[in-house]
Amino acid sequence: MFSNRTFNIVVPIVSVLLGLLAGAVIMVAFGYNPVAGYAAMWNGAFGDAYFLGETVRQVTPYILSGLAVAFAMRAGLLNIGVEGQVIVGWLAAVWIGSSFGMPPVVHVLVALLAATVAGGIWGFVPGLLKAKLGVHEVIVTIMMNYIALYLSNSVIRSVLTDGEDRTSNVAETASLAAPWLRELTFYSRIHYGFIVALVMAFTMWFLLNKTTRGFELRAVGSNPFASEYAGMKVGRNIIVAMVISGGFAGLAGAMEGLGTFQYASVSSGFTNIGFDGIAVALLGANTAIGVILAAILFGTLKIGALNMPTEAGVPTELVDIVIALIILFVASGYIIRWVFLKFSKEGK
Amino acid sequence: MRRTLFLLTLVLTFGLFLAACGSSDSGGDSESSGSDSKSEEEGSGEGGNSDFTVAMVTDTGGVDDKSFNQSAWEGLQEFGKENNLEENKGYDYAQSESDADYTTNLNRLVREDYNLIFGIGFLLQPDVEKVASQFPETNFSLVDAVAEGDNIASITFKEHQGSFLAGVAAANKTESDHLGFVGGVDSELINKFESGFRAGAKTVNPDIKIDVQYAESFNSADQGKLIASNMYSQGADVIYHAAGGTGNGVFSEAKDRVRGGDEKVWVIGVDRDQHEEGAIDDTNVTLTSMVKRVDIAVQDVSTQAMEGEFPGGEVVEYGLEDEGVSLARTNEEAMTEEIISTVEEWKQKIIDGEVEVPMTRDETEEYVSSLK
Repeated sequence: MFSNRTFNIVVPIVSVLLGLLAGAVIMVAFGYNPVAGYAAMWNGAFGDAYFLGETVRQVTPYILSGLAVAFAMRAGLLNIGVEGQVIVGWLAAVWIGSSFGMPPVVHVLVALLAATVAGGIWGFVPGLLKAKLGVHEVIVTIMMNYIALYLSNSVIRSVLTDGEDRTSNVAETASLAAPWLRELTFYSRIHYGFIVALVMAFTMWFLLNKTTRGFELRAVGSNPFASEYAGMKVGRNIIVAMVISGGFAGLAGAMEGLGTFQYASVSSGFTNIGFDGIAVALLGANTAIGVILAAILFGTLKIGALNMPTEAGVPTELVDIVIALIILFVASGYIIRWVFLKFSKEGK
Repeated sequence: MRRTLFLLTLVLTFGLFLAACGSSDSGGDSESSGSDSKSEEEGSGEGGNSDFTVAMVTDTGGVDDKSFNQSAWEGLQEFGKENNLEENKGYDYAQSESDADYTTNLNRLVREDYNLIFGIGFLLQPDVEKVASQFPETNFSLVDAVAEGDNIASITFKEHQGSFLAGVAAANKTESDHLGFVGGVDSELINKFESGFRAGAKTVNPDIKIDVQYAESFNSADQGKLIASNMYSQGADVIYHAAGGTGNGVFSEAKDRVRGGDEKVWVIGVDRDQHEEGAIDDTNVTLTSMVKRVDIAVQDVSTQAMEGEFPGGEVVEYGLEDEGVSLARTNEEAMTEEIISTVEEWKQKIIDGEVEVPMTRDETEEYVSSLK
């Protein structure tokens, strides 16, 4: 147990540092100054109020998609479908936000709820198939991603608009925009969503650690057979876990739909919010607070990286490599830990 | 207890990350101040126009997309060379990795005090409008769509005119009287290509059959190949694509067919002269390309802005008359004298205003029914 704890502290730190170091080596190898490169990244993420606002904006959906992956993971499920759940959540939020008139506050809450429900439904299907028929959730969720993408495109085109590729903006009453925060940050796209994200992180912690349901979910995650023997309904817990996970993901989509973009558009590819959520959850060791911190790191990398070509002259391709290396080391940190645990188990 | 440790772990992680960046930050500061003084020296050395700076934000295609982002960047580079500007200081680009980056990149360039900032592609329209309204002191220019604002110059092309000529060429080339059109995303812009192409082909032969299909993506070559395969199988022998990267699939399908047997199929390229894309050994499947001179447009607007005549609030339109759109003639074997002279004839008619080329599907229906 002690080694496990030590690893939980050491592995993430080491992997981030190794990633930054490897990125620096790559930059040196190609003749760029890594100090200037990372300085540009830092300035690009925190350099002035505007970039700080944008970083918070980017961190917000990452927290929620990270929570979604982490929550399922705690129940022993790998939810690759966060991406699709983000898309349906985004669509549902914008649908409510742009097509219905409601009083302020109520409107935004209903839109958020719709996103949660939509994401939940998208999580329910693979959960049900897993629980009742034993279909592996990875396969189903991957397929559900594509259904979400193309369904959403088709709805935007034929239901929400008349053949346009972008919906109208959501109503003022449904917007998460925080005008005073935006003004404070020179018109960045920061929005109230980060409060939602923090509340949800607390909700996840509370749910998992302070409720019976949470205990059951964790028990099923640790050992489904023992849980069943102890009288827990494994199938039902799997479904619940996927629905809640999907709900978090749906909210991540709502952050983009009601906060950042204020509209939904036909998209030819994935948003990557969901896929990045997997890395966020891994780095955050599947805990609520861990996910928040990991999301901050990823948001910083994403926003800061945009500044590297302009300020430090590091080409975009190289920046992509540096970012990928950092993620690789973060992910392999998890592998190292996993290998070590395996090893120490066999040692006993 | 375990939770506390997790927390501690991650706080430490983040702290270390911050610390690592923090130390390099100071290094960066001293360096950037160094480069500042350098640029000042240069500024005084060159005098005159050297304090004019220009930059562009790409869409997700990037500056090596073999299409209009690349063309725009080539235009800026040319402009920079002409005016002795230094890359990264006098002119620069910011690449967008996703739709969310457009606003961030525009803002960054504003912060770096560029005088003129281009948004490349109609996808950037809402972002350019928003950022331009927040920074009235900076000039913006949007390529391929119209944006509202006194400090925005919108650059559009009469793609429907060029596409009309592509339709004329295709209808003259086809042996099966069956053509295809592959669009990227079904949108106002791409509809202009479709409308012009259909009108042009129907003008030559009112009974010609034209299949139209959209891939709903500008960067999935696999989709493009699949659609092209269907169209060719059903008898079309010339396909016009207005689909960016998706169009690469159309080229690869056409090349496979020509290579595999005695099928004779053609592709009409878009945006840039796509002659290279269609080359196989000693033959070429690219009949022609509907070329959009984004590079010239970008250079023009930059020059006007530098001379203090920035066309803010206006829509600058490039068409056939100023060679802003044209039909490539690189494939001399396929584009016979006969086709070229027919194309020239129609080109003159369009320039003279004898033909009003439709821009939307509704207008096309009207136009086509008027032919009969």
